[in-house]
Amino acid sequence: MSLLDLFARDEARVRKTSIAVRDLSVTYSNGFTAVRDASFELGAGTICALVGVNGSGKSTIFKAIMGFVKPSAGEVRLCGLPVDEAVAEGIVAYVPQSEDVDWNFPVLVESVVMMGRYGHMNFLRVPSRTDRRKVDEALERVGMTEYRNRQIGELSGGQKKRVFLARALAQEGRIILLDEPFTGIDVTTEAAIIDLLRELRADGHLMLVSTHNLGTVPDYCDQVVLIDRTVLAAGPTEEVFTQENLERTFGGVLRNFELGGQALHEDDDARTLNVLTDDERPLVFYDGKPRQRKGTDDKE
Amino acid sequence: MSALLTELMVPFGYDYMLKAMWVSALVGAVCAFLSAYLMLKGWSLMGDALGHSIVPGVAAAYIIGAPFAVGAFFAGILASLGMTFVKQHSRLREDAIIGLVFTTLFALGLLMASLWPSSVSIQTIVLGNILAISDGDATQVAIIAAVSFAIMVFIWKDLMVTFFDETHAKSIGVNAGLLKIVFFTLLSACTVAALQTVGACLVIAMVVTPGATAYLLTDRFGRLVVIAIALGAGTSFVGAYISFFVDGATGGVIVTLQTVLFLLAFYFAPKHGVLAARRKRLAVTEAAA
Repeated sequence: MSLLDLFARDEARVRKTSIAVRDLSVTYSNGFTAVRDASFELGAGTICALVGVNGSGKSTIFKAIMGFVKPSAGEVRLCGLPVDEAVAEGIVAYVPQSEDVDWNFPVLVESVVMMGRYGHMNFLRVPSRTDRRKVDEALERVGMTEYRNRQIGELSGGQKKRVFLARALAQEGRIILLDEPFTGIDVTTEAAIIDLLRELRADGHLMLVSTHNLGTVPDYCDQVVLIDRTVLAAGPTEEVFTQENLERTFGGVLRNFELGGQALHEDDDARTLNVLTDDERPLVFYDGKPRQRKGTDDKE
Repeated sequence: MSALLTELMVPFGYDYMLKAMWVSALVGAVCAFLSAYLMLKGWSLMGDALGHSIVPGVAAAYIIGAPFAVGAFFAGILASLGMTFVKQHSRLREDAIIGLVFTTLFALGLLMASLWPSSVSIQTIVLGNILAISDGDATQVAIIAAVSFAIMVFIWKDLMVTFFDETHAKSIGVNAGLLKIVFFTLLSACTVAALQTVGACLVIAMVVTPGATAYLLTDRFGRLVVIAIALGAGTSFVGAYISFFVDGATGGVIVTLQTVLFLLAFYFAPKHGVLAARRKRLAVTEAAA
């Protein structure tokens, strides 16, 4: 490796947090093309929703970002680096879907978070003082310090999510991928997790959230990528997350209940109410604008 | 008193007993190490399938005078090729395929042993015969077990992450695919080793019971591994020792000991035992009343 290459690498390390997906196509070995010509770019301090029906290519895009599938065309760059180098540096952290985790696994909360540090350790994975400190900090950050010696299956749904977020923090992954984080979680817990995600956004993390929970997307996502085997639309939530785009994304799966102002109440309020749902939490539009719940940390 | 003690020390006076006890303990330890992982993934019966499938290879090796490990190796490859072939050319489910292939190979092994009774004994293969193991075979077993154990010591944490969350493992640069191949290679090798100590029928106990017992005793994976190894090595050593006095099949004694310890843990484990669960239920009922 030349000195110039080393410089280039060092520069990349201080480069800004970003995901750049350019003209990405992924064809699996059985000939199935899961994603074609997908492009979007995201920067630091972002929570982006990746929205689409099952089989629309959400998980393929995740896999491409983690380097598990090779693009058949186009490329993915993370913080300016090719995927393999970014993964080797531990830039990408992954928060799994709850149903993909074996909750009976004999492992304690603190050990799960310590797994986030493995990439920073030598091949025997003996934790250093720094590793222990990072684990302590991550647990503190998500408010799980008092549960550190619990077996993971003993936690509630929200606590389980926090543990895996703590693992991502301990890993110091600047890009965090969350797979269906709100499935099977009650509304209060969801709000608490969303607050935490907002804090991480303020710290400059870039979070990509795969979800079909349409109703909460405008609450916490500043960017949205709509996909159906390719990127249909990508950009700021208020521009992209429109009724028209969503109907395009979900096709026949989505149900739309439209209630005229007069049907709702007998006054001059002529606003139209639309309820869009794909059987997860419904999305409500008032006169074409998504209803937004305020987070506890927002100034009213 | 001292007469009794002298009597108890007798096995330690025989080279063949010392060899049997130490080799058994080593095999028990490494099988237990693997058992900590195997039972977590629902792959426990794989140990059984492997143990039975390699029998014709071992029989063939004895008939032509080759090292038994070589024969077992080829039989193992034959088994996995057979399973892949049937899987690709039929709609049968995996359990049916495994059942079909391993019983076929086991039957072939028994047939070979019955046709050449002078060079290979059915009893040795089915029940193991560590008390009468030849020096050459003992060396093979010891090398297999020691090397496998050493490799496990190096990869146990990465293997834990891989088994717990493969996606995360890959995202921190762990080569999950390679690790799984290494794990199954070690499992096959240790099955071969365990064949010598407890026989084909009881191999499954060696790669399941210690891990299952430890699972009831702790929620920390690191401790689980240590407990499992202690149980595996301890029961194997003591089992070989006891078989000297009761004149019974060593494998039977070892596995019986492991089962007794499992039952004790099953009832008395401080957190996950049957009694602890009953206490918890009672406490809840009382609190409600």
